[in-house]
Amino acid sequence: MKQHKTQRKAVALISGGLDSMLAVKVIQKQGIHVEGINFFTGFCVEGHTHAIRKKHKDKQKRNNALWVAEQLGIKLHIVDVVDEYKDILLNPVHGYGKNVNPCLDCKTFMVKKAVQWLHEHDFDFIITGEVVGQRPMSQRRETMPIVAKDSGGNDLLVRPLSAQQLPATLPEREGWLDRDRLYDFSGRTRKPQMALAEQFGFTEYAQPAGGCCMLTDESYAIKLQDMWHNRPTREYELDDIIMLKMGRHFRLAPHLKIIIGREEGENNFMQGYKNQFVSIFPTSHRGALCLVDGEFHSDHERDTALALVARYSQGKNAPEVSLGIRQIDGSETQHSVTPMPAQAIKKEWII
Amino acid sequence: MSPSKTEHQLDARRLLCPLPVIRTQDAVAKLQTGEQITVISTDPGTKMDIPSWCRINGHEVKSIQESDNEIIITIEINHC
Ligand code: SF4
Repeated sequence: MKQHKTQRKAVALISGGLDSMLAVKVIQKQGIHVEGINFFTGFCVEGHTHAIRKKHKDKQKRNNALWVAEQLGIKLHIVDVVDEYKDILLNPVHGYGKNVNPCLDCKTFMVKKAVQWLHEHDFDFIITGEVVGQRPMSQRRETMPIVAKDSGGNDLLVRPLSAQQLPATLPEREGWLDRDRLYDFSGRTRKPQMALAEQFGFTEYAQPAGGCCMLTDESYAIKLQDMWHNRPTREYELDDIIMLKMGRHFRLAPHLKIIIGREEGENNFMQGYKNQFVSIFPTSHRGALCLVDGEFHSDHERDTALALVARYSQGKNAPEVSLGIRQIDGSETQHSVTPMPAQAIKKEWII
Repeated sequence: MSPSKTEHQLDARRLLCPLPVIRTQDAVAKLQTGEQITVISTDPGTKMDIPSWCRINGHEVKSIQESDNEIIITIEINHC
C-alpha cells in the first residue's frame, strides 16, 4: 500500500518586509505548511514611535509582521528576546555594520532561536527571505554560510529567493522542495522581488527589512552611543532604549542629559516616567515636559536645563517663564528663568 | 467554585506594541478553549494588532471598548 506522504512543515523568519513574505509564498506553493516566527528585540521601529507621537496618528498603526502573516494565512509566533538580545548587541563577534547594527550576529541569533523552536515544535526546516548580496553585512555570499553554520541551521536553512545560488539544502535533496521552483535572486536590485510580488498579487507591502530596525538608523545610533559613552556600563533596560526614540536629547554634561518632549503624544508618554526621573515642566505657559537623565551638579546646570525647557515652551519669547522641578519622590520646587535664545543652544549639546 | 468566564485579566497598560500582543499570546497559551480573557492596554496599536493576532490564531474577539485612553479587548479562546 502506498504510504501517505506527511505534509512537511517549515518555520519562516518574518520581519514584516516583502522578502520574507515572498519566501513564504514560494514555499507554500510547494505544498508545505508554514508558520511564522518574529523576534522582538526592543529595537523594532514600528509600534513605539507611532504609538507615542500624535503626529503619526494618521499612519496605520499596525504591526507589519502580523499583517504579513494574515495576508499569507499563516500563524505567527512573536517571541520576546529583549533580554537575550542584549549580549548580541553588546558583544557582537562579527562587529557592527554602518551604525550600531550587529546584523551578522543578529541574523545568526535569530536563526539559532528558530532552530530551537523547530525542534520543540517538530517542524522540518527553516526559511528566511534573505537574498545573496542584498545587504552589505549579513546577506553577502561569504556570510550566508556563516549564518547557516553558526546558528546550527546548517542545511535545514532554506533561502527560497536565492536557493539556486546556494548549495542544495536537505529539503531540496530529500525532494520535499523542488529546487527548480525556487529562485536565483542576487544583488542589491529589488526588481526581481517586485516582479514576483506582482505575480503573487501582493500590491501592498512594507519597505525592505533594515528600514524597520532602529539599530541601522544613524540618529538613533548616535543617541545609543552617547548613552553608552556616558554611563559606567553599556548594560541597558528596555525603558532606556525606548527613551532614545522620543524627545529632543541634550547632553549638557557627562553626568547630565535632558530629554524634552516634542509634542503632546510624547509628553503624555513621558509623564509615565515621572517616578523614575526628575522632571521639569513649565507652569506659566504651555510647553513640553522634560525628563532629567542624571543629576545637576550645580545651580548653573539646573538653570541651563530650565532655560532650555523654557525655550521649547510657548513662552519662548516671554521675558520670563516659570517652571516646576519635580523630584522622584513627588516634591516640587518653583523657578523662574529667561528662556534660552536660539543662538545660545550649543551644537555639542544636541544628540 | 469554578472561575467565571471573564475572570482572566491582563494588564498591558503602558506597554508598547508588540509587547501587549506578546503578553496576550503568552497568557492565552495557558488558557483553555472557551475561556475568556480581557486585555487592558493603552497603545492604540493594540486595536489593530490584538484582533489581527486573534484572527491568525483562530481566537474570537468578543468586544473592543475604549475609555479614558484605555483599550479593553475581550477574547474568547479557541485552541482548535
Ligand atoms: S537590521 Fe536590525 S534586525 Fe535586521 S539583522 Fe540587522 S540588527 Fe538584526
